[in-house]
Amino acid sequence: MSASAFTMPAARAVPPLLSVIGLTIRFHTPEGVVDAVSGVDLEVRPGEMLGLVGESGSGKSASCLAIMGLQDPRAEISGDLRFQGSAIQADAAGLRGRSIGMIFQEPRASLDPVRRIGSQLREVLALHRPDLDARAALAEAAGLLRRVGLPAPERQLAAYPHEISGGMAQRVAIALAIASGPKLLLADEPTTALDVTVQAQVLELLARLRDETGMAVVLVTHDLGIVAQYADRVVVMRRGRVVEQAPVHELFARPAHDYTRQLLAALPRSEAAAADHAPAPQLPQPLLRVDGLTRHFAQRRAMFRRPTAALRAVDGVSFTIAAGETLAVVGESGCGKSTIALMVAGLLGMTSGKIGFAGHDLGAMAPKQRRILRRELQIVLQDPGEALDPRLSVFTQVEEALLIHRIGGASAQRRETVVRTLAAVGLDSWVLDRRPHEISGGQRQRVSLARALVLQPRMLVLDEPTSALDVSIQAQVIELLGRLQRERNLAYLFISHDLRLVSRVADRVAVVYLGRIVETADTARLFAAPRHPYTQALLSAVPEPDPEQRGRARILLPGEPPSPAAIITGCRFRQRCAIARPVCAVEDPQLAAPPDGAGEQVACHVVQGRS
Amino acid sequence: MGGMLILRKLLRALLTLWIVVTLTFVVLRSSGDPAIVILGTDATPQMIAQFHHAWGLDRPLPVQYASYIAHILHGDFGDSFLDGRPALTVVAERLPNSLELASLGFVLMLAIGIPAGVFAALHRGRMLDRLVVTGAVLGHSVPSFFLAILLILLLSVRWHVLPSGGADSPSAIIMPAITIAAGGAGVIARFTRAAMLDALRQPFVRAMLARGMDWPRTIRAHVMPNAAIPTLTMIGFLLGGLVAGSIITETVFAWPGIGRLIITSVARRDLAVVQCIVLLIATTMVLANLTVDLLYVLLDPRMRGAAKEDR
Repeated sequence: MSASAFTMPAARAVPPLLSVIGLTIRFHTPEGVVDAVSGVDLEVRPGEMLGLVGESGSGKSASCLAIMGLQDPRAEISGDLRFQGSAIQADAAGLRGRSIGMIFQEPRASLDPVRRIGSQLREVLALHRPDLDARAALAEAAGLLRRVGLPAPERQLAAYPHEISGGMAQRVAIALAIASGPKLLLADEPTTALDVTVQAQVLELLARLRDETGMAVVLVTHDLGIVAQYADRVVVMRRGRVVEQAPVHELFARPAHDYTRQLLAALPRSEAAAADHAPAPQLPQPLLRVDGLTRHFAQRRAMFRRPTAALRAVDGVSFTIAAGETLAVVGESGCGKSTIALMVAGLLGMTSGKIGFAGHDLGAMAPKQRRILRRELQIVLQDPGEALDPRLSVFTQVEEALLIHRIGGASAQRRETVVRTLAAVGLDSWVLDRRPHEISGGQRQRVSLARALVLQPRMLVLDEPTSALDVSIQAQVIELLGRLQRERNLAYLFISHDLRLVSRVADRVAVVYLGRIVETADTARLFAAPRHPYTQALLSAVPEPDPEQRGRARILLPGEPPSPAAIITGCRFRQRCAIARPVCAVEDPQLAAPPDGAGEQVACHVVQGRS
Repeated sequence: MGGMLILRKLLRALLTLWIVVTLTFVVLRSSGDPAIVILGTDATPQMIAQFHHAWGLDRPLPVQYASYIAHILHGDFGDSFLDGRPALTVVAERLPNSLELASLGFVLMLAIGIPAGVFAALHRGRMLDRLVVTGAVLGHSVPSFFLAILLILLLSVRWHVLPSGGADSPSAIIMPAITIAAGGAGVIARFTRAAMLDALRQPFVRAMLARGMDWPRTIRAHVMPNAAIPTLTMIGFLLGGLVAGSIITETVFAWPGIGRLIITSVARRDLAVVQCIVLLIATTMVLANLTVDLLYVLLDPRMRGAAKEDR
């Protein structure tokens, strides 16, 4: 499989900006020679946006670092790398940061934490623009921040990296990278650490800068949606090799390689998938009933200091879940969704509110009875690597759940139960004696699931259960969750930031913004006709993995979610809302069915018809 | 906000000093009668009672404590039992010698430890790195009295290049200063090395290079300032322990500083002098910590944020 039929005759006339032929990155390890990247061919043409996709470990980041000459010092690089026709290896230091810029996944970590933003910008300007005097450099620094769309650039110059948000930090990193006017920008998963509405802003910025300056951009990502929306051409990598490269429309319409087809098939597409869900029948008695759930965190008080206002992480959230039903709680980081999960699972106390499970009020029960009931309400955490004890075998960890609750009978019987549960999540008995680091990420998440399922729960709280996994593994875990739900009539509280995923797994969705539910509706209804302006923006920000939908108008939300410690009068969303009315500044909207609704509930004055 | 922070730290420092003063007072008053040590074992009960009365030791302890604190607040640390001079005067006589030795030791400590640590980190895993690490371990694991004796044996007894003790010639300070510096230099070298390696692993280092900065500048302008933050804590810790740590060294080299003074004063139950020295040592420690705290805030903007947001 190689670079064969991807060039069009017209394009061939333009000499490539960057050409990579036979790039191999080799490590000599005690276990032998390992090729992280082997024989990669690719080229980038002037002004194009090239999508470089692949799952973790596919070698996409390693290839970019090798182009920059920033590979691991132990790596052995071979191959012909040329920038504008001349060999890169001869002058990597001369090109780096001047003709080729790069930005990274963790934007804040790519800035020096002890230096002000302005000082870091001026430092880079001094390198590339020695002609500028101190005053001109300062003006240029502010100008760069303005170009990357930072509000109040003069003020941001005085800020330290920890004082700005991740999205702003990525803008600063972009400003630093374009300070020298590079011809090529390597963007290594630039939005993976960001929320979806912020991701949309940063990607739009990259596209705009490309159009304005004519620089080429290599967009390294694991997200095919991003590629579909922004790339001109796509290179697909797997296990250190290029498996396919093609113009974006062609790749999505006629994927040539099996792996590409697999990747595309694994993708949940919001609209098509949402149509599959019939609205869940409303059962008379929900399994879980959460009422006015609230959690305030007191800001820590030091000696001799007066206390500050409480941080309202969750502020009056109510919902129900029936047996066999999945309710997804979606929202951006810091909205309080994980706090909700922890409170429902009993791992975090609530400030006020009621949690009813199977007809009992958990708060009013005696601890011993509550413990028995808790057995039926289990939680699965986001990162199985962190949720499992690295020193204990899989068997010990799954069995432990039985031991804690003093159930499961004698040793032989417990072993049988563990083996049966592991089989139910698709794991053979060979994993029994393995430790977490000896099995894959997907297998680890299955073990986490088995640990919860071994107690025969009626409900699972799933806190971002697949966000630490690659797309293809994610699809398998989701399928498993679906099967388990049907077999055992499980109720799921599914916490996620990933709307595409949610559209596939949930029966109903609750959208959370700053500790409040702003909209809740059946999945199909929510995705087809979102009502709350925040839901609309959130859905619009998801890059659809279909290049034919590029023309779709996007709602770009201004700014980023304010801190939950901020006190906002009226509607919490109004400062970022395009349709806010005077009443929104005064009155806090309550969740209610709008007059023209079809079962959904929306906390918005405008939708509810008030002016 | 900054003023508030400093005020809080100062209050905490005063609290620490008060606890130290109280503890020394209690321990010293309950560990043997100074009258017996000073007057000798054949003193008559009458003589002892007279001594107690003269020095106010016959008053109830709380009264003694209150008057002691009141006097301290007026800068009066009491008089030496031995020659009747104010304790502060006795201590102040010896203080310059100790300060001279401690500062030279401290400067040596930094001048050896920091460059060695930076150097080792930049040559990680190579011969030079291992050499520095081995030297550092030796430096802080060899007891100071042993190093002192070793130096005397070699430089004074065998080669006759340096005097073995006292403070009579300018070169007499060299060996005690080296002895004081050795342990701290080892600790600082290892700490600096670890802090440098940690900073080198930060993603921003790669990002700086990607922005076209060269390696020396990245190290100088970004890696070292970040590594300085944890290193500083350790240095402050060592600075605080410097005076207390030189007691043994001063004794071995017969250096006329407060280290030796405290040994003789404890042996002779010269309460006022002992208390004065303990308070002095405690003050240097507290001051060193205070300085580090403030420098910390100066070096690390995240600390300023933390102080502001209370997290």
